[in-house]
Amino acid sequence: MHSIPGRRVIMALFLIFLLLPIYWLVNMSFKTNAEIVSTMTLWPHTPTLQHYKRIFTDESWYSGYINSLEYVVLNTIISISVALPAAYAFSRYRFLGDKHLFFWLLSNRMAPAAVYALPFFNLYSAIGLFDTPWAVALAHCIFNVPLAVWILEGFVSGVPREIDETAFLDGYSFPRFFIKILVPLIASGIGVAAFFCFMFSWVELLLARTLTSVQTKPIAAIMTRTVSAAGMDWGLLAAAGVLTIIPGALVIWFVRNYIASGFALGRV
Amino acid sequence: MDKTVNQKAWFLVAPVFLVVAFSAVLPLMTVVNYSMQDTFGNNQFFWNGVGWFKELLDPSTDLGGRFLASLGRNLFFSLVILAIEVPLGIVVALSMPRQGWTVAACLVILALPLLIPWNVVGTIWQIFGRPDIGLLGYVLNAIGIDYNYVSNDIDAWVTVIVMDVWHWTSLVALLCYAGLKSIPEAYYQAAQIDGASRWAVFKAIQLPKMNRVLLIAVLLRFMDSFMIYTEPFVVTGGGPGNSTTFVSIELVKIALGQFDLGKAAALSLVYNLIILIVCWIFYTVMTNAGVERKVQAESEPALDFKASAGLKPVPALKPKEGVA
Repeated sequence: MHSIPGRRVIMALFLIFLLLPIYWLVNMSFKTNAEIVSTMTLWPHTPTLQHYKRIFTDESWYSGYINSLEYVVLNTIISISVALPAAYAFSRYRFLGDKHLFFWLLSNRMAPAAVYALPFFNLYSAIGLFDTPWAVALAHCIFNVPLAVWILEGFVSGVPREIDETAFLDGYSFPRFFIKILVPLIASGIGVAAFFCFMFSWVELLLARTLTSVQTKPIAAIMTRTVSAAGMDWGLLAAAGVLTIIPGALVIWFVRNYIASGFALGRV
Repeated sequence: MDKTVNQKAWFLVAPVFLVVAFSAVLPLMTVVNYSMQDTFGNNQFFWNGVGWFKELLDPSTDLGGRFLASLGRNLFFSLVILAIEVPLGIVVALSMPRQGWTVAACLVILALPLLIPWNVVGTIWQIFGRPDIGLLGYVLNAIGIDYNYVSNDIDAWVTVIVMDVWHWTSLVALLCYAGLKSIPEAYYQAAQIDGASRWAVFKAIQLPKMNRVLLIAVLLRFMDSFMIYTEPFVVTGGGPGNSTTFVSIELVKIALGQFDLGKAAALSLVYNLIILIVCWIFYTVMTNAGVERKVQAESEPALDFKASAGLKPVPALKPKEGVA
């Protein structure tokens, strides 16, 4: 009942629109550079794995993926662990300045990264974290922590209050209640929040690029640098691009059943 | 749900407060400091008072002209993508298959563009639109449309807008889909008995139920498009000329390109202020919408399942808590 006429056609057209540019990238990553430049072919006529081979054997390339994953995972862990108690507090209690604090957090989610690029550079250079995964992980907290609090607050509010009260009557201490009862109850919410933290940290480039120089360059930054220096190695660029899509695709597959409710931030 | 007053809750919030304050307040103080000064390099600073702010808001100066022009472009861009993405997102959400494996497949494909790093999104469209090696550019030129996003302003704009629609419509669609899924089947059955048309069902049931998620969608999309940087930067580099230079691109150009710290800091503050105001408006509307819905739901006895003793309240019909 909740559908409209011609829905199959609309859906198919939209999915094709989404997939076509991605297909083109995948297509190019399997072509030789000669084929890319000389002819227009809809599929690789002389398929080659040379670009992928180069990425997986050259350390300056594959270390980029490791660096990126490192700060993304660090950021996800930090964000979720500080956001969980806060989400509980916002959902259950009223306290001095709670509404203002919530709005302030939310406004940080909306702050443009470009504004923070330069001050972050100064700050993290001053405290000696520049060019470490910690710098990027902490910098990404500025938009991931508020988001995690927002999502988790929705899920905690979905847990009936009576459960807290029963647990405390049964003699559970607060930390024990939190870990033993609350966390398992909102496990799917934590999964969704972690997914979002992973996603926004993985796709962000401006801060990640500004806060790293040699040791921990993210893959996205390595892509831009090598390409401009080597005079447009299209095949290599396409292969690197395809490899950055894969972690995201894997993560989506794991959370596919929660995507819809997760995107509504737990509050439909 | 009535919450209890408990000041100890601050202990639970403290970690979040510290982490965010460390990354938000400290750097912002640096920005405020810079915005009042001028520098000629070598770490020598001169007091400049509100000079930069005056210049920034005066279109006759170089800085002011650039800022206001990029602000105008950015607002126009945000409005255009909202006007396309919101209706399209609703249509796509309504077109979702009802059950079976296709649901999961559609969800995964829809979410795919959201998980691609932003510069790779730029790279995909940079390649896809090129007249020599990209499918889109090649086909358009082959059928006689002179399309080149590197040299033509309008083509560059169209490319950036189509790219954003490609990238973010899924977010709106997924949000709306979540809203639609929360509508109980009973509503549709009631509508069917009343002989409501499809349009009436959409207007009276589906749209009101999507209200809340649509607000979130518009807020997120407006904010993210208002601070867009990476994607247009990779595709057009802000060009041709300055035609696709948005506020963030201008800011990074001044801050990291020219290292004009004072100007960049002043621009940052004004930029942040605009975002803060818009964010506050949305937040207020969202909170009020939540309260209104609650009041409305409570005044409708038909929905008050608690009144009939012994009946467990249906979760989907229970009024939800507001944002705060």
